[in-house]
Amino acid sequence: MVALTSPDFKRRAARALADPRLQTALKRGGSGFHSKRSQAVAALPEFERLRDIGRDIKNHTLANLDHYLEAFEANVLANGGQVHWCRDAAEARATVLRICQAEGARTVTKGKSMISEEIGLNEHLEANGITPVETDLGEYILQLVNEPPSHIIAPAFHLNREDWEERFRAAHTDLPKDRVFHDRRDIMVEARQALRSRFLAADVGITGANFLIAETGSSVIVTNEGNGDLTQTLPRVHIALASIEKVVPTLEDCTSLLRLLARSATGQDLSVYTTFSTGIRRPGDLDGPEAYHVVLIDNGRSNMVGTDFHEMLRCIRCAACMNHCPVYGVAGGHSYGWVYPGPMGAVLTPSLVGLDKSGHLPNASTFCGRCESVCPVKIPLPKMMRHWREREFERHLTPSTIRSGLKLWAWFARRPGWYRAATRVGMGALALLGRGSGKFRRLPLAGGWTGGRDLPAPEPGGTFMARYAATQRRR
Amino acid sequence: MSSSKDAILGAIRRGLRRGPLPADQRAMLDGRLATHPRHLIPARSRVSRAEQIALFVKNVEKEFGTIERVPDAESVPAAIADYLAAQNLEPRFVMAPHPELTGLPWDRRPMLQLEARRARGDDAVSVQHAWAAVAETGTLLFPSDPARPTTLNLLPETEIAVLRATALVGAYEEAWDRLRAERGGAEPSGGFMPRNIMFVTGPSRSADIEQTLELGAHGPRRLHVVLVEDEPAARTLLSEVADPRPEAAREPVARPGEIANPAD
Ligand code: SF4
Repeated sequence: MVALTSPDFKRRAARALADPRLQTALKRGGSGFHSKRSQAVAALPEFERLRDIGRDIKNHTLANLDHYLEAFEANVLANGGQVHWCRDAAEARATVLRICQAEGARTVTKGKSMISEEIGLNEHLEANGITPVETDLGEYILQLVNEPPSHIIAPAFHLNREDWEERFRAAHTDLPKDRVFHDRRDIMVEARQALRSRFLAADVGITGANFLIAETGSSVIVTNEGNGDLTQTLPRVHIALASIEKVVPTLEDCTSLLRLLARSATGQDLSVYTTFSTGIRRPGDLDGPEAYHVVLIDNGRSNMVGTDFHEMLRCIRCAACMNHCPVYGVAGGHSYGWVYPGPMGAVLTPSLVGLDKSGHLPNASTFCGRCESVCPVKIPLPKMMRHWREREFERHLTPSTIRSGLKLWAWFARRPGWYRAATRVGMGALALLGRGSGKFRRLPLAGGWTGGRDLPAPEPGGTFMARYAATQRRR
Repeated sequence: MSSSKDAILGAIRRGLRRGPLPADQRAMLDGRLATHPRHLIPARSRVSRAEQIALFVKNVEKEFGTIERVPDAESVPAAIADYLAAQNLEPRFVMAPHPELTGLPWDRRPMLQLEARRARGDDAVSVQHAWAAVAETGTLLFPSDPARPTTLNLLPETEIAVLRATALVGAYEEAWDRLRAERGGAEPSGGFMPRNIMFVTGPSRSADIEQTLELGAHGPRRLHVVLVEDEPAARTLLSEVADPRPEAAREPVARPGEIANPAD
């Protein structure tokens, strides 16, 4: 399982900021995602209206989630597949292992699946003598180097070309040591060749699911490489892992969400491969699996229904929120310490693993609102981060210095005269101290703030209130 | 009924502050499933037939596919032979055992060696039957079928798709309706979905290495469409048709070896 290290956010973020290779990777990837998304959105004049439709489809589904899950199950069964309902990670892991063992499986190929990371599937299979092989290019190298993904659609976002070359040289020992990688393509071709035989030899293929369709009992995956399709087509058995909120009612509903997904994620109109899998190989078919299992995983989601975090269940995992997040852009995915980084992770992780284990995450935000403004299903991410902060405060999980500081501020805020007086004094002192650089790297009594960020020094000219009063007088 | 299923459904209902849905509401939801209402369909594909075909061609090219238009099905073998020669590929391929393909006059190009079967790991080129295509995004649709094996879309480095112009639709929703009409009741379940239906938009690619696009990750590196002009509108020249896409939709977001665009 991806070890949970979210409580370490501050320390990890500080380390990330000081890592020049990581900063190069983050900068390069971030700007690419921005421009690609904005170009794709500009090319579809209906995009804003589609966001409303996407939100409404998901809201309708969540309000009737029990019904649509049961309809989905009935249609999977009608097409010769099986559905396994799993309350938590342990039950899901055990279910997958049982299916693999019943097939006598030795190796399984895997398409990229965040829920697989969430339930810690690979470690469990390995511990039981089954070799999982990640086939998404990014996931493949991460498995080689034993690192968790740092981004939900670009798992190896944090690695540079030199990292790839180093690690491929170390892993592919059957190839000549002195071979030259002329360009990125050579790296990719080496992975393609290394994985080809694994695809053909695997007994079981495990994919995630971007959507489940109640109307037809289908699971849908979206990829650019084609690895997910090879994974679900070649082996005898296809297992699709999906969390319960992936279900949508009809093909038309799914289609509308697909118009949003790739544009928001990679800026493509549609991903290269969007595949709908339904049941097992039909009589006369020359390829396709003979068994189809959908492992339907709750793992904390049903507890979010009807709460302040209900709307988070609309998420279609496009990653636009992290691609546009200034905190993610400098701290990187690993700082968030679990499977889901960025704004969606800051909301989802406390919901799934508990606030006490992830308390810093909802604070990893500048509340700039960019995440909400790009979210294709209009999830109010900043509002939900604020909910978590309030709960953190109420449950006394906030460090005492912040608590007493806030209490002091509250006292002044209720007494405007005192507030103005105190800020006048404070501002004067700060402006004096910050002369020159315009910001503070260190400030007496405020190490908690300046340890992680710079505090901008006030502009000379007095407080906002004083300047406002002055302008009014001049009129 | 499994206890986990009960527990999950129970927790969802508690969250929604209700019990199981009453019969009339369930009937309403089942009605929505049965009528599967459409939502907004972008205007770009709601254009004349000639414009739809032109839109498809341009979108295929934007996504790094290539396309050749031939006047009739009889011209397909020659078009494929010439394409393989132009790419310096051997005149050998694995082909979908579909009557629209097996019935073509292959003997006019005796150099071509073909086998009608599923693909294997070492096949270099496949010729596949496109059941439909969607102009909106330049997407080919391949429902699995004994005559249309899925592996043909995945294992070879080069995939050639033969598409009749009459099989082209504007938006995805039209393809779903055609699938429902053609295959309704075809399945043992009474449903219409095949084991798998692939929507393919351009050749395989990855940007996992430094967010830089490279073609040919695990699937085909080349995707070539042979478009059979089996309706009059298909024979309209591209130059005579307006491009219904906004300016921003005409260029690929990134070219191979390139990190998308400079920062916005
Ligand atoms: S929260 Fe919204 S923007 Fe973020 S991954 Fe989910 S759907 Fe995309």
